[in-house]
Amino acid sequence: MTKFSRRKLITTGLVAAAGVAGLTAADRIARRYGLIPPDGGGIFGPGETLTYAAQRLLTRHSLAREFPRSMISKAPFRNETAPPSDAFKRLEAGGFADWRLTVDGMVAHPLTLSLSDLRALPTHSQITEVVCEEGWSYVAEWIGTPLSGVLEEAGILPQARYIVYRSIEPDWWESIDMADALHPQTFLTMGMNDGELPVGFGGPLRLRVPRQLGYKSVKYILRLTATGSMKHFGKGLGSASPEAGYAWFAGI
Amino acid sequence: MNAPRHSALVRVTHWLTVIAFLALLVTGLELVISHPRFYWGETGNVNMHPLFSLPLPTSRDTINNGYGSNMPDQNGWSRYLHFEAAWAVVLTGLVYCIAGLFTGHFRRDLVPAPGQRSPRAYFQRLAQYLHRSPPDTGEATSYNVLQRAAYLGVIFVLFPLIIWTGLALSPSFNSAFPVGVDLLGGRQSARTLHFFITWALVLFFVVHIAMIALSGFWSRTRAMITGRAPAQQERR
Repeated sequence: MTKFSRRKLITTGLVAAAGVAGLTAADRIARRYGLIPPDGGGIFGPGETLTYAAQRLLTRHSLAREFPRSMISKAPFRNETAPPSDAFKRLEAGGFADWRLTVDGMVAHPLTLSLSDLRALPTHSQITEVVCEEGWSYVAEWIGTPLSGVLEEAGILPQARYIVYRSIEPDWWESIDMADALHPQTFLTMGMNDGELPVGFGGPLRLRVPRQLGYKSVKYILRLTATGSMKHFGKGLGSASPEAGYAWFAGI
Repeated sequence: MNAPRHSALVRVTHWLTVIAFLALLVTGLELVISHPRFYWGETGNVNMHPLFSLPLPTSRDTINNGYGSNMPDQNGWSRYLHFEAAWAVVLTGLVYCIAGLFTGHFRRDLVPAPGQRSPRAYFQRLAQYLHRSPPDTGEATSYNVLQRAAYLGVIFVLFPLIIWTGLALSPSFNSAFPVGVDLLGGRQSARTLHFFITWALVLFFVVHIAMIALSGFWSRTRAMITGRAPAQQERR
């Protein structure tokens, strides 16, 4: 039989103590540098925190892959959306002339912008891939204005840590951290493949977050809210996704 | 008692990997049924021809493959668990590899012994298996050359490949390391390869269990838990 010698016992104790101390220190550092996601609790919390922290250390500034025009998908898949609400139908009937994007929360001057206000801002385009968590994907050209410009114009405050964005569909809201919100490829998108953004693909206004899965690129955006904490939004898990069982950070 | 058949390092990392592997397998197959179509290249969706499509009922009605779409949608927790288990495999593998180098585990237990590195040695041991002749006495305390090759292949080829192809499915990771996905021929190729490598691991898993069953399931399992090899006379 193996006997536990005193030496072995002491070594095991020291290793365990070092492990606990190491984890506590790691937790403090992760909190200090904002490396814990809003859904970083519960049984999947350790995995989510490792993923989010590793991604933020490796990918804070990296650019999503862009593709040549020849790789734009001939038959992109629009995915299913809920039937349009009466409010959406009314706005659509008016050619979306009355569509308004509100920017509020931790900003110096809250804004209300029409689509033509947004079109007057610098327009950029990117040819990036939409990746669904189910596994399918397509490449398209997305035309819009970087979210960072709109946030700048609203005078985003330095305490802001997340941007919450809401769809005209009341149950559909998301949030991203400032690394993604200020990322040059995060667009308020109004055009696709040289045309208007079709309703099926999120028109008239979709927030494209190309470094994350499709479900973070919410369609029919009405409101942006800057906040320092996700605590008071929904169940405090960061977005509607964790409330439905899906990860808040969808970069993987 | 002499030295344990399996060191504590091997035993602990073995069972952690078993738990994580099963979690990855179940959740991975669960994710597949939300889109059981596979493609080659960068993009692929229901508007495109698949490389192949699995005859399975699906969990999403975006797929219309004639097998129905009434499977429960479990992607939320499956994704959470898949990535948590992936971290468990990666961290366990790191500990195992670093310790394996320092303790000489790889050199002593897994790299074929000097006299055993010719193709002849492999064929000889294979013939022994096929004739069902009893193993040499040395095999009670050490792996034969085919076992060594299989374990090295799983540890240093299949696991790195499954991790690589899995990471290549992360749009965020790809933004920092685009060469990872580009080398595999695109995102959908990476997904298809991830699926194939899963089956290679499953094949190893099935053969591994079968060989354990043939050589005495409980005595082998006990050896991997307690570290002690069964007495010679227990062997069939």
